Amino acid sequence: MVIAVASGKGGTGKTTVATSLASVLGPAGQLLDCDVEEPNCHIFMNPELHTSVTVNLPVPVVDMSRCSRCGTCGDVCRFSAILLIGDEVMTFPEMCHGCGGCTLLCPEDAITEGVRALGVLESGFAGPVEFVHGRLRVGEAMSPPLIKEVKKRIKPEKTTIIDAPPGASCPVIATVKGADFIILVTEPTPFGLHDLRIAVEAVSALGVPMGVILNRADIGTRDVQHYCDEQGLPLLMEIPHDRTIAEGYARGELLVHAAPRYRERFVDLLNGIRDLAFQPNDRPIEATS
Amino acid sequence: MKEIVIISGKGGTGKTSLTASFAYLAQDCVIADCDVDAADLHLLAAPKVLHEEAFHGGVKAAIDSTKCTQCGKCTEACRYGAISDDFVVDPLSCEGCSVCFHVCPSEAVILEESLNGRWFISESRFGPMVHAELRPGEENSGKLVALVRNQAKVLTGKSGKTLVLVDGAPGVGCPVISSVTGADHVVVVTEPTLSGMHDMKRALELVQGFNIPASVIINKYDIAPEMGQRIQQWCLEKQTPVLGLIPYDAAVTKAMVHGRCVVEFENGEVSEAIKRIWENLISQTTS
Repeated sequence: MVIAVASGKGGTGKTTVATSLASVLGPAGQLLDCDVEEPNCHIFMNPELHTSVTVNLPVPVVDMSRCSRCGTCGDVCRFSAILLIGDEVMTFPEMCHGCGGCTLLCPEDAITEGVRALGVLESGFAGPVEFVHGRLRVGEAMSPPLIKEVKKRIKPEKTTIIDAPPGASCPVIATVKGADFIILVTEPTPFGLHDLRIAVEAVSALGVPMGVILNRADIGTRDVQHYCDEQGLPLLMEIPHDRTIAEGYARGELLVHAAPRYRERFVDLLNGIRDLAFQPNDRPIEATS
Repeated sequence: MKEIVIISGKGGTGKTSLTASFAYLAQDCVIADCDVDAADLHLLAAPKVLHEEAFHGGVKAAIDSTKCTQCGKCTEACRYGAISDDFVVDPLSCEGCSVCFHVCPSEAVILEESLNGRWFISESRFGPMVHAELRPGEENSGKLVALVRNQAKVLTGKSGKTLVLVDGAPGVGCPVISSVTGADHVVVVTEPTLSGMHDMKRALELVQGFNIPASVIINKYDIAPEMGQRIQQWCLEKQTPVLGLIPYDAAVTKAMVHGRCVVEFENGEVSEAIKRIWENLISQTTS
């Protein structure tokens, strides 16, 4: 089973929820951090990362000795990454989406593919939990191909928890696509509600069952609860604002360590999600220490 | 004309609340919301839309089943796995590269301009405002951000104002790069947590990679003062100015619930800190 933790608004507690779930799953769990722009799960899980691979995007390299200056490459590229200017073919690798169109369609076979590094994919173990994350190279704009690479590490025999990026645009869709269940974490403020609506709208098209976790549940209004009722979205858990939790978070401490009473609540949450995600054949999850 | 961009790396550190407070204190500026996939500034700025336009960032492919011979050339060429075995394009996976259009021998692929969002010019409580809505799940946020920033600059020129305040997106990817390139000054709002510090460093690395002057604000400082000190120490070593510290106060949320920014809502310690930071920021950017 794959559970994606997303949010719309940033800083609502995605990583707190994802790392808590992974921690209570223990050896049955696998944690993938797909918030590759700002991956934070490692801060809380302290994994030993034993492998690191660079993830690249193919970009065009032109052999001018074979080029007939026909301009086809520039005509087919939708991303302004290759262009015939005068007698020269100029490439702008940072604009390239790696579609391979220019290479495929060049009538002289003058284009081959080099690479642009998108970032690194690192993997290892955090205690018994298998851990994988992507780190986007600072300065790189495109995260979805790196996210897709991280997701290739999903192991079907495990319960996989995916920490998604904030927002509601293409990196979020790339992350939550194919999940069996989506948890949306929010807070009871006008910003939290507004961004929850957008996130719900964005992921609804995928037809994946979802539920909401309300963090710092007592700081604002009850509008998020009303919205969930209205939409028929199950409210899976409420986490009150608590200075101990906030201070633990600041130090990089797992919620289930800073406030151990939450361990059982996250076990119940996992079992509840198993039913909501229509995965009755999965074995019930038991708490591990 | 000066353009100040407010980003954070980590989400939820208070970017938008602070941008609204700065806009209120500035009295006379144009504001631009460049967090186009989860835009929230309008909830405090209450804009009245004066002009609205559709945003088309690219194309999406579709296959005409009456022309398709199911030869499989498109599925073979598509690197995004966007075409199913029965030759239907999944718009959520389609990158709009048009390779399928070019390789199809029976002209069965149609390219349709995709509606990625809308953008607006408005009159807000804080002055002229340019903002946008990316359609949920859509791409091309970087292009939309660039459009919003350009429109805000045009509007600033026309209205004779001298300052643009830009609310950026979290992260360091496409919309953030598009928000900061060419700006006069970038403010990174962080919080005293390990995550906040980690993400601030990456955001600063991005901004300083473009040679743009940057400064830092530590919000909710008193949640973990020792982490706050670590961040200040790090900034000192990296010669990155810290504009100031803001304590945690439930008044910020209370103000938000009332559709107000905190500096117009109450006169406590938080508002005092924000006013001092605003003065520091102005002197940083005019020196």
